[in-house]
Amino acid sequence: MPRSEFLQNIEKLQRIGMALSQQLVDWTEPHHRRSLTDRMAREASGMASELATLLLAPGGYQLPREELDRRIAHLLSNENLSEFGTDPFGFAPERMRGIVPILEFMYRVWFRVEAHDIHRVPSGRCLIVGNHSGQLPFDGAMIGAGLFLDRDPPRMMRSMVEKFATSLPFFGEFILRCGQVTGLPDNARRLLEAEECVVVFPEGARGVSKPFRDRYRMTPFGHGFMRLALRTDTPIVPVAVVGAEEQTLQLFDFHWLAKALRSPAMPITPLTPLLGPLSLVPSPVKYRIYYGEPLRFEGDPDDDEAVIASKVAEVRGSIQRMLDRGLAERKGWFI
Amino acid sequence: MARKKTLAVVTGISGRLGQLLARRLHRREGTRVIGIDRRAFTRRPADIEHLRIDIRRKACEDLFRTRKVDVIYHLGLMHDPRKGSGEHHSWNLLGTQQILEFAQRYGVPKVVILSTADVYGAMADNPAFITEDAPLLGAQRFAALRDLIAVDMFAQSYFWKYPEIETVVLRPAHILGGVNNAISNYLRLQRIPVLMGFDPLLQVLHEEDAVTAILAAARPGVRGVFNVVGPEALPLRTLVGLTGRPRIELPHFLAPGVADRLFRFRFADFPAAETDYLRYAATLDGSRARSQLQFRPRFGVAEAVRAALRTEVFDGGVEATSHGVVG
Repeated sequence: MPRSEFLQNIEKLQRIGMALSQQLVDWTEPHHRRSLTDRMAREASGMASELATLLLAPGGYQLPREELDRRIAHLLSNENLSEFGTDPFGFAPERMRGIVPILEFMYRVWFRVEAHDIHRVPSGRCLIVGNHSGQLPFDGAMIGAGLFLDRDPPRMMRSMVEKFATSLPFFGEFILRCGQVTGLPDNARRLLEAEECVVVFPEGARGVSKPFRDRYRMTPFGHGFMRLALRTDTPIVPVAVVGAEEQTLQLFDFHWLAKALRSPAMPITPLTPLLGPLSLVPSPVKYRIYYGEPLRFEGDPDDDEAVIASKVAEVRGSIQRMLDRGLAERKGWFI
Repeated sequence: MARKKTLAVVTGISGRLGQLLARRLHRREGTRVIGIDRRAFTRRPADIEHLRIDIRRKACEDLFRTRKVDVIYHLGLMHDPRKGSGEHHSWNLLGTQQILEFAQRYGVPKVVILSTADVYGAMADNPAFITEDAPLLGAQRFAALRDLIAVDMFAQSYFWKYPEIETVVLRPAHILGGVNNAISNYLRLQRIPVLMGFDPLLQVLHEEDAVTAILAAARPGVRGVFNVVGPEALPLRTLVGLTGRPRIELPHFLAPGVADRLFRFRFADFPAAETDYLRYAATLDGSRARSQLQFRPRFGVAEAVRAALRTEVFDGGVEATSHGVVG
């Protein structure tokens, strides 16, 4: 690492430290202290009552056995499955049975996801385009969980995953078997042509690993998804995820360590010195996921950047409006 | 019979696929077969001629000068990791160049070259459907594949250099059967190593189906590059499970080192780079062969695995060459 970059990092750390200590000093002031304790009390009681209703409900929060079987049978009816139970991308629907309890726990208990208008996701090919946040892609996982648990009939989310993740031992094999796909334009095109439901985050790694201070400010969108939608004549369903930004308070991204480990990012949170990688375990914030009306675009997929950009801006605007709505509707991070 | 007999030349005829192809051609009405191979052709049907010569020698040219050859099946590519790279390079590249030159000079209308799908390489960022237009990156981590890639691309240059010759390049998936190639040898191990935490999809092809594809490629009017894919892809562990043999789970970071030592001390015949196939998928799009060659595999995975286990390992004599698929 060049010396100047090192100094810049040190300076950045100093600035962040100053800001944090300033914040702490602010909070010790009486009126701040009161509003902070009030808010903590409100959020804690809201969360407790929501969890109580959920966990004490008769039958629990999990899908009944026969309902789960029905949903998995629906996925198994896909004609692209081989006699060995996998599709050409390595998805094995039977594997869902094992992970559904984990997904349900995350979806119902941990993030207590509220999915709005999930039935706007059509049957047949569609491209779900969302904002990306939260350091680790739990937003994608929760969209996928919603499509399986809350939509009827269920749909399988096929998201485009970084090559870094799919080449990891155990984890890579696991997510491939669970229907996720190495992020390549050709894979996305083939999936859409097979009438699958593909989820993309056009902000990519930039979006997911942005610092906490930039929350709900979407980074620029890539244009590839729009060209893909035009080429394959696919409706785009804009999706806004509200809540994931607060699950991990990222202070900064440790670039050169990430580079050394060949990881796309190395987020540092206030708890990283204490907990190391465990600091990336998301806090139990509440997720609100808004599904927009499907948007259909027409035109030449190989058109000028400017033309494509205006179409991309339309999708981004639609996501922005839903984000604004979600932020206005919520009363706290956890309720 | 009024029609003249077709004359087919098969290089590498003493190899397993060469023998299977020769028998299938021989059974056909009106085809004469001449084989070229330095190795002995065991159990050769009497009316198949066999020239024990090196393709690079002049005697080979005499064959094409004196006889009117209708089709050349070039299966005589060498991929023996134990051989020196110099001999490899010269055999594969010069041999192929000679064959194509003879075809051009003596007016052979059809050349079928058996390349391999290994030219694409097994990599984490392979698409789920590798088409014939994909870049040939197989040598990126496996230098020994360089000459097979060179041969493949060299053959492609003939598409436009000599459009009057119908040149066909076949890139079959892992061929299973009595062939001496990496995948068949792998499944014939008593305990089969796999990598912990990896289970890539694999496509296999029964050896008889490979021959069917070669024959289909020889039909008039067919030219170009074709991926040849057998039954549907399946996870590696499922494939290993079909053999009924025990698995050994190896951590992936140790595997190349272990494989390298086993190879060097001659306990196993796979170069370390082959472990990439236990890690990453390299699945092909076989739709072009389906639509243009009307190729449909006849054998399922279970039959292909049985074929690999049933047959005694094919011993190609002094120089063990395999055919197309890395061996």
